[in-house]
Amino acid sequence: MIEIIRNTKIDFMGKRFIALGFSALLTILGIVAAVQVARGTANLGIDFAGGTSVQIKFNTRLALHDVRKALEDGGIKEFDLQELPTENKVLISIKKSEANIGDLSGKIITVLSQKFSQSNVVVDSTTEIGPKVGGKLRKDSLNAILVATLGILIYVAFRFQFRFGVGATIATFHDVLAMLGIFYILGKEINLLLVTALLTIAGYSLTDTVVVFDRIRENMKTKFKKSTFDIVNESINEVLSRTIVTSLTVFLTAAALFVFGGEVIHDFAFAIMLGIIIGTYSSIFVASPIVIMLGKDKVLKKK
Amino acid sequence: MKKKFIWRISLIAAATILSILFFLPSTSLVSSLPDWLKKYGITLGLDLQGGVHLVYEVDIDKTVDVTVERIASSLTNTFKEKKIVAKAEKQGLDIIISPDNDQTKKTVQEQFPTLILESQSEGKAFFRIDSAEVSRIKNSAVDQALETIRNRVDQFGVAEPTIHRQANTEIVIALPGVKDTRRAIDLVGKTALLEFKLLDDDSPLAAQLPGTVLPGQEENILKQYASQIPEGDQILFGKIRNRETQAETKSVYLVKKQALLTGDFLTEARVSIDQRYNEPYVSLSFDATGAKLFEQITANNIKKRLAIVLDDNVHSAPVIQDKIEGGNAQITGSFGMDEAKDLAIVLRSGSLPAPLKMLQNVTIGPSLGKDSIDAGIMAGIIGALLVIVFMIIYYKLSGVIADFALVLNIVFLVGALSAFKATLTMPGIAGIILAIGMAVDSNVLMFERMRDELRLGKTPRAAIDSGYDKAFWTIFDSHVTTLITAVVLYEFGTGPVKGFAVTLGVGVLINLFTALIGTKTVFDLITSKREVKKLSI
Repeated sequence: MIEIIRNTKIDFMGKRFIALGFSALLTILGIVAAVQVARGTANLGIDFAGGTSVQIKFNTRLALHDVRKALEDGGIKEFDLQELPTENKVLISIKKSEANIGDLSGKIITVLSQKFSQSNVVVDSTTEIGPKVGGKLRKDSLNAILVATLGILIYVAFRFQFRFGVGATIATFHDVLAMLGIFYILGKEINLLLVTALLTIAGYSLTDTVVVFDRIRENMKTKFKKSTFDIVNESINEVLSRTIVTSLTVFLTAAALFVFGGEVIHDFAFAIMLGIIIGTYSSIFVASPIVIMLGKDKVLKKK
Repeated sequence: MKKKFIWRISLIAAATILSILFFLPSTSLVSSLPDWLKKYGITLGLDLQGGVHLVYEVDIDKTVDVTVERIASSLTNTFKEKKIVAKAEKQGLDIIISPDNDQTKKTVQEQFPTLILESQSEGKAFFRIDSAEVSRIKNSAVDQALETIRNRVDQFGVAEPTIHRQANTEIVIALPGVKDTRRAIDLVGKTALLEFKLLDDDSPLAAQLPGTVLPGQEENILKQYASQIPEGDQILFGKIRNRETQAETKSVYLVKKQALLTGDFLTEARVSIDQRYNEPYVSLSFDATGAKLFEQITANNIKKRLAIVLDDNVHSAPVIQDKIEGGNAQITGSFGMDEAKDLAIVLRSGSLPAPLKMLQNVTIGPSLGKDSIDAGIMAGIIGALLVIVFMIIYYKLSGVIADFALVLNIVFLVGALSAFKATLTMPGIAGIILAIGMAVDSNVLMFERMRDELRLGKTPRAAIDSGYDKAFWTIFDSHVTTLITAVVLYEFGTGPVKGFAVTLGVGVLINLFTALIGTKTVFDLITSKREVKKLSI
């Protein structure tokens, strides 16, 4: 048998206060990010903020400042210019939501096609989103996250005990907030794809938590003389190799997506990779300590 | 003994064959397949095959406004016909009738029973459309807009358009595979209100207005002359392109607001070619009522100019030389062939009952979609290979069994998506790839349990059974929770995200099947043939 680890006896729960401190930090960061998103001051994607984005492909590499100048000369204002250098592509985005979607993308395309007629301008994609849609998408995303976590709480509480449901739900919120916070700090764009990644990770992290909880429940039945504290610790150690193997395989596929999956999915794959790490961490260091804290038995008595 | 799992093997074999069968229509073999099979297969989402996704809001308040205006002018006519000295005016959403007496009120209520008397003051009666009627007007405006857009898209020729109503006043239009996206957007969103209006050349202002201005100057002209526009008149503009230089200018027209004839009476609009300049124009035919109206208008206004106005743009303003019978007219103007064709389409399918406001416009070029598919397939192959190799190294022969289940998983997933005719989006591809990584989780859970049992000294056969039993509920619980997220994503997501939710959800269900039936069957097969001394795990 090849084993990554064997018969570990790591005192995970003994380190729960350090972990909780760290988690609290991540959560606060996430709350700050969420507030910024709500206020519209975070780096929101066009889909949430409203506005216009145009992705253009040239057949030669163009200097970014030439493109910038061409756009400025063409009367385009307040735009962000981003280069996707591997493929001679530029992304122009204007995060300004106007009540009536104008013909901004058409103007951008006309300006660039005239200026760089030799570079065979091909329009990859254009997105124009009015403020009404952006607001609705933001609201829908928030609802989705809330409904998903509520559904999870109900299911886990139904299958296990209530305190497990609470642990799983808080862990899920923790993961979502931590990822949001990290994306915010890194200045990455917060868009619909990130929300999709957040919900995927919510699902993934929950699977991880359920596996740990399942072992805890099983051990509670067989080792009823031990304290919850010890049972939780033992259970985590018992499922540790599964946790590592599964995280690794999912991480491998997410990494393949990150490297080979193309520009559209790049940040999504990054969010998934990040989420796998956070989700695995939270099952052990967030969900499980909460189960101990909410228990009525010899809970907080350290062995 | 063997009989026990014959049905399981046949089930797996049948599912595999069905999956491949359903997927075939998505390959290049599609043309040689029987018809019943052709309708299956995976549809590529807009983000993968290119196209346009539009969301419009129907400006229903405007519809109500227009209706109120129409009622007012109709009442004025009725008063005239009945020789009643009275006025009907529109003010906001109110219709003001003066003088306020029994005769006028009776006339109003006879002709428009849906008008409610709101208040009376200073000899005027204020009427308003009753609220049930207002919501009916609004509702039918959206329905009518939907119908009109469907007509236009049909005539434009899009393979599989989706056009539906969303919320109360929104219309969602997805046109996959459309190459000339700008043209499609223009076609869908045009109000296409065709009106014939007389020029007010007798007004002193008409002589003062400049004949033509440069494009962009329209606002200034409107501002400059705003105070001098006679009541019941308006200033409109028309595009003129010089045939030699191709330079564009705008003609300025002073026209009477009231439309003498509208596109409602059209029966046909066709593109024809002007022999002299080899330029396309659109020829119109009116129905009997329209033809009669047109005849009257032309007879009564000889030597005056009649503007042909489309969405407040004057296309031309010819001088009426003589009475025109037969109900035919032409829209000339400097446009290209495509423009003329599209104009004919929008005129044929009728005008929209209210202007559309664009809320969202996502356009994907065909090349980006192809790049995405290529990258997605590449990432999928590499991701799958990494997992497969890892499992073999880590779990040896059992890893091979897990890999077998993984391959089944991918085949079934693709098959199921084909059978449901699901739409595959880029996030959907990502969902499949992630499903590959997560698919082995069930097997990992079982294998780890089996290892535990083996360590306790159980025989391979016993270890397999008890490992399987112990892992069962864990696998079940973890799948249900993921399914909850998939359902929520589907409910709340739009477009690409919905596609992701579908692959995630279907993937979870299939994974439950392959892990619990597929892997177990192989283990049972191996251990049933001979007494296995050692389990390669």
